[in-house]
Amino acid sequence: MINKIIFNLIQVIVVMAFAPLIKGILARLKENVQSKRGPSIFQPYRDIWKLFHKDEVVSDYCSWIFRLTPFVVFITPIFVALLIPVLTDYPLFFAFMGDMLGGGFILALGGFFATLAAIDTGNPYGPMGASRTRMVGFLAEPVFMIVFFTVSFIAGSTIPYIVQQHWVRPLANFFEPAHILMLLAFLMLILAETGKIPVDNPSGHFELAMIDESKGLEYSGRGAALMKWGGSMKFFVLCCIFLNVLVAPWGLAHGTALVDVLIAVPLILIKIFIFLLVLVIIESSLAKLRLFRITEFLGAAFVTSVAAMIIGLFFL
Amino acid sequence: MNESELLFSLLTKLNALTGGLFLLCAFGLVAIRQMLTCLRLYIFQSLLLAVSAVLLGYHYASIHLFVVAALTIITKVFLIPWVLRQSVGYDSFSKREISQALNIPTTLLLSAAITIFAYYLAGPLLTAAGAGIFEKVNLPIGMASLLIGAYTVTVRGEAVPQLLGILAMENGAFFAGISIAPSLPLIAELAAAFYVLITVLVIGLLAMRIHTIIAKTAVGKLIALKEE
Repeated sequence: MINKIIFNLIQVIVVMAFAPLIKGILARLKENVQSKRGPSIFQPYRDIWKLFHKDEVVSDYCSWIFRLTPFVVFITPIFVALLIPVLTDYPLFFAFMGDMLGGGFILALGGFFATLAAIDTGNPYGPMGASRTRMVGFLAEPVFMIVFFTVSFIAGSTIPYIVQQHWVRPLANFFEPAHILMLLAFLMLILAETGKIPVDNPSGHFELAMIDESKGLEYSGRGAALMKWGGSMKFFVLCCIFLNVLVAPWGLAHGTALVDVLIAVPLILIKIFIFLLVLVIIESSLAKLRLFRITEFLGAAFVTSVAAMIIGLFFL
Repeated sequence: MNESELLFSLLTKLNALTGGLFLLCAFGLVAIRQMLTCLRLYIFQSLLLAVSAVLLGYHYASIHLFVVAALTIITKVFLIPWVLRQSVGYDSFSKREISQALNIPTTLLLSAAITIFAYYLAGPLLTAAGAGIFEKVNLPIGMASLLIGAYTVTVRGEAVPQLLGILAMENGAFFAGISIAPSLPLIAELAAAFYVLITVLVIGLLAMRIHTIIAKTAVGKLIALKEE
């Protein structure tokens, strides 16, 4: 019992410690593809460190929501990290506190507060980015629902630890049409939700074209650091859900000894690194869509998930 | 689970996966703007048809289906794209199409509805025939692809995507056919393959004529007849 609590906390620490690294590696790889040297992969750590030591400026016109939001954005991925398999392929202490839908709601809570805070300050760019994020969000929501419900229906459970075992026992399940189509749909969702290139340009500095970034423009100092860190943790958590729950539980610790769990850490990082390579290929080979073409992109994701649902349900 | 059962389950799942991707290609043919991408999707869809034929041929130990796969690859992956490029000309392909009767999200949602309708149609047929697991995948997906192909022809305003819609209908019919009639006489398949080739040639030449006369292939705009 005490073991499982410790492992659960190790999961949270891994998410907190390595999330900026993943972001740094992604930025570095993208620059390398464009034959530039790029910033160090540890740059996000330095940014966060620097921001923690700066003064915070808060607008006189904003309410308590603006001050609370960085903490909500920072804490929600940590809660999700307690629920999902990051390192082990057996349920840990908090695993049954909430299922995948619960995790989705907790992540959505962070997004909700970020939207409110963006509107709160009265900066014109904040509400614009917030309303765009909501547009992407409400188009992405039905896809999320269908993916989760179909996955849970096929695997017979909504607890991620049970779902992930379904895809590899027996191994032929990995090739289930519902599984592969769902992976496609969820990959498109990750691109949309984390503001990657066909939907949003994460490295753009032009406020009028921003979707995701403009929500954090008003933050400075500690607030900005927490927002950045929280954002990268959200990406890490989504990667873990995608790779460990939906793709396959390969590389996760099976044994209950501390050594097994510690060995799983580099394995997971390698897995995420491979996923980042795929992401870099996608981001470097596609152009950003115009705002009103995003509906087409997410419509394609929706139809993919519906096809997965139909084939999955009738195939059983 | 012994080895043959495992192989069977792997075969069925691979076939179902092929079916899923086949359906996605049909969706893509309705919704994607670039004509060159549409043509590539059609080639990919034909490849998937060949893969499904090989999987079914392996299961039924039927030489016919392997021949179908070979014919599909020769005609649909190599000959048809070549004939189409020769007859229509490259500059029609390099364009982006914008004339579409409905906008793209609506089109996609309607095609999803068509898919559900195809399953609804195929359901009673499958239960009445006591179908096996391959028919359960191939028949509804083939029917869906057929209906979506017909829908493509109605909704798109350009000659080449309309032609690809007709070809997708044919692909869908074959996809359903290889599962419900795995031992169809070879002559029928040969005839179908040549039939499709001639169709492509004729429609391609027609599209080229339209292109040379009015400098575009947006047949959706050709509502009023005009005498010279």
